[in-house]
Amino acid sequence: MGYKKCLAAITLAALAGAAGAQEVKIGLVTTLTGPLGALGKHVRDGFELGVAEAGGKLGGLSTEVIVEDDQLRPDVALQAANKLIERNKVQVITGVIFSNVAMAIAKPAIDNEVFFISPNAGPSQLAGKQCSPYFFATAWQNDQPHQAMGEYLQEQGVKKVYLIAPNYTAGKDALRGFKRAYKGAIVGETYAAMNQLDFAAEISKIRAAKPDALYVFLSGGMGINFTKQYAQANLTNEIPMYSAFTIDSITLPAIGDAAVGTYQTNLWNADLPNKANRHFVESFQKKYGYLPSNFAAQSYDTARLLDSALREAGGASNKKAFAAALKKAHFESVRGSFSFNTNNFPIGNFYLLKVVKQADGTVRQVTEKTALVDAKDAYYAECRM
Amino acid sequence: MLLFFEQLLNGVQFGMMLFLMAAGLTLVVGIMNLINLAHGALYMVGAFLAVTFSLLTGSYLLAVGLAVACTALIGLAIEFLVLRPLYSRDHLDQVLCTFGLILFLNELTRFIWGATPLRLDIPAWLDYSVSLAGIDYPGYRLIVILASVAVAIGLYFLIGHTRIGMLIRAGASDRKMIIGLGVNIALLYSLIFALGAGLAALAGILAAPIFTVQVGMGDHILILTLVVIVIGGIGSVRGSFAAAIVVGVIDTLGRVMLPSGFGNVIIYLLMAVILFWRPRGLFPSHA
Repeated sequence: MGYKKCLAAITLAALAGAAGAQEVKIGLVTTLTGPLGALGKHVRDGFELGVAEAGGKLGGLSTEVIVEDDQLRPDVALQAANKLIERNKVQVITGVIFSNVAMAIAKPAIDNEVFFISPNAGPSQLAGKQCSPYFFATAWQNDQPHQAMGEYLQEQGVKKVYLIAPNYTAGKDALRGFKRAYKGAIVGETYAAMNQLDFAAEISKIRAAKPDALYVFLSGGMGINFTKQYAQANLTNEIPMYSAFTIDSITLPAIGDAAVGTYQTNLWNADLPNKANRHFVESFQKKYGYLPSNFAAQSYDTARLLDSALREAGGASNKKAFAAALKKAHFESVRGSFSFNTNNFPIGNFYLLKVVKQADGTVRQVTEKTALVDAKDAYYAECRM
Repeated sequence: MLLFFEQLLNGVQFGMMLFLMAAGLTLVVGIMNLINLAHGALYMVGAFLAVTFSLLTGSYLLAVGLAVACTALIGLAIEFLVLRPLYSRDHLDQVLCTFGLILFLNELTRFIWGATPLRLDIPAWLDYSVSLAGIDYPGYRLIVILASVAVAIGLYFLIGHTRIGMLIRAGASDRKMIIGLGVNIALLYSLIFALGAGLAALAGILAAPIFTVQVGMGDHILILTLVVIVIGGIGSVRGSFAAAIVVGVIDTLGRVMLPSGFGNVIIYLLMAVILFWRPRGLFPSHA
């Protein structure tokens, strides 16, 4: 009897030990300070909600999330990633918003066989030639929202478009993405200085060019400045303004009525009618007291994807099994349909949103229609995995 | 041709906005001989305070007045607590300290108001467009021009035709002599710094409906402002006024007429050329 009891105790201890070994450590590297620090807050809160809804245990495993601020600086991000990989021994890194940061982290993560799951950044390199079984994107390839708008305007038969974007790589990529799909006439193309304040000159030029539509990619403060000044010049009704990565629920409160009547493409909006999304928007608002943005939604999706894959593979230690489980994407995305393409980038819908003023005086984005169904990025064919 | 005049107006208007910033900074740098990088941070503080006061009071004018006054007081406190020991130190120490102030004020602002950008709307009674030869020009931008011209005239009068202005000019020319004459230079410097802070706040508030009210908003405009005061001649309000218009117009026309990318460097080229030709700026002050 004594012997049996002892054996049982040993077995239990061994089981407990095994369970203890099956914990998951996740590094969340995101932008929490600087002018764009608000985005990181959304990413962190979205992920935290996803973990909380799994009872604090993603995939039923004890979960530790280590948050690091990248300050939107690739060198800082690289340092944080090295620390997470070497000292904290994380199995997964996520949270990254910006592509320059993602590119800095991708190499050490992939080299050390740490899964890097980007909730926002989707650089073309990682979608194409440099794709890796250790890299997953849960939002988009960066060009996609631009390409989606190009396709939409093409389909609508809009004849003349004016384009404006910031003068750096992402700005040029954005307009290239737009032009990949839009075949009409481009009557003007302006690259503004990074962090430009005053757009009066560009706006006068746009007015004089008399396009049928304006397409804008100006992120952060630039987009707020531009949209306000465009409305102040009384052009919003004259030349409709279409944009991506410019007006979202984070910048909208700072733009206010000036954004009313403008259109955006996005992969998500708070009013999407699927069940997972209704639940997400409600519990997010209840927990954090503010409206989630697409950044929060993407990060929440990432946590839920991890939950499903960890459950299926029984942890992240068997890398092959974990990668295969991730690829299945067995979770209900707040975006509606979601699956992974051959390059580990999503196949999903893009929606056309419009900013409207509601009866209670608040300004919100509403989903007008689905602009693209199950869209794939332009680079997956280059990916050999 | 019409487009050209419209762009010229855009340039003058942008220049006027820069002048509001430059006027305060040129006084502080030129007369107090203090490199104050935190001028942009005070511009930000002014804009944030105006947002809060306009929500509290519901009145735009009251909010502008309160925000300018509060920022001037904050400037006074900063001058007294932080900057006073720096007057005798060299410029590098001043740069380091005022750069530290930028970081401190940015983080403090984030702590109080949060990281999300805010907005200050144009009050309804200023929200109109003026039709200029068939083009709707935003009336608010014309108001900004008027406000800047009013500030320029006010400063001209203050510095050129009042007793305090005389002391300011004297302090700029020969600091030791004016102390010897029994003038309280410490008080004079405090007042100049407070005036500079108030002007920075006014610039931030007037810019707020056009630009974004967010943490770090002063950092970008500070660089252009430094270009303006260097071109204008450090310490000269008249020089800043002229240089602001030149920078505004050249920057605007450069952006429109030159290929993308070139337009953004042209004002720095302009600065280099002017400094080569007149190393102390267009209107060197007497100091």
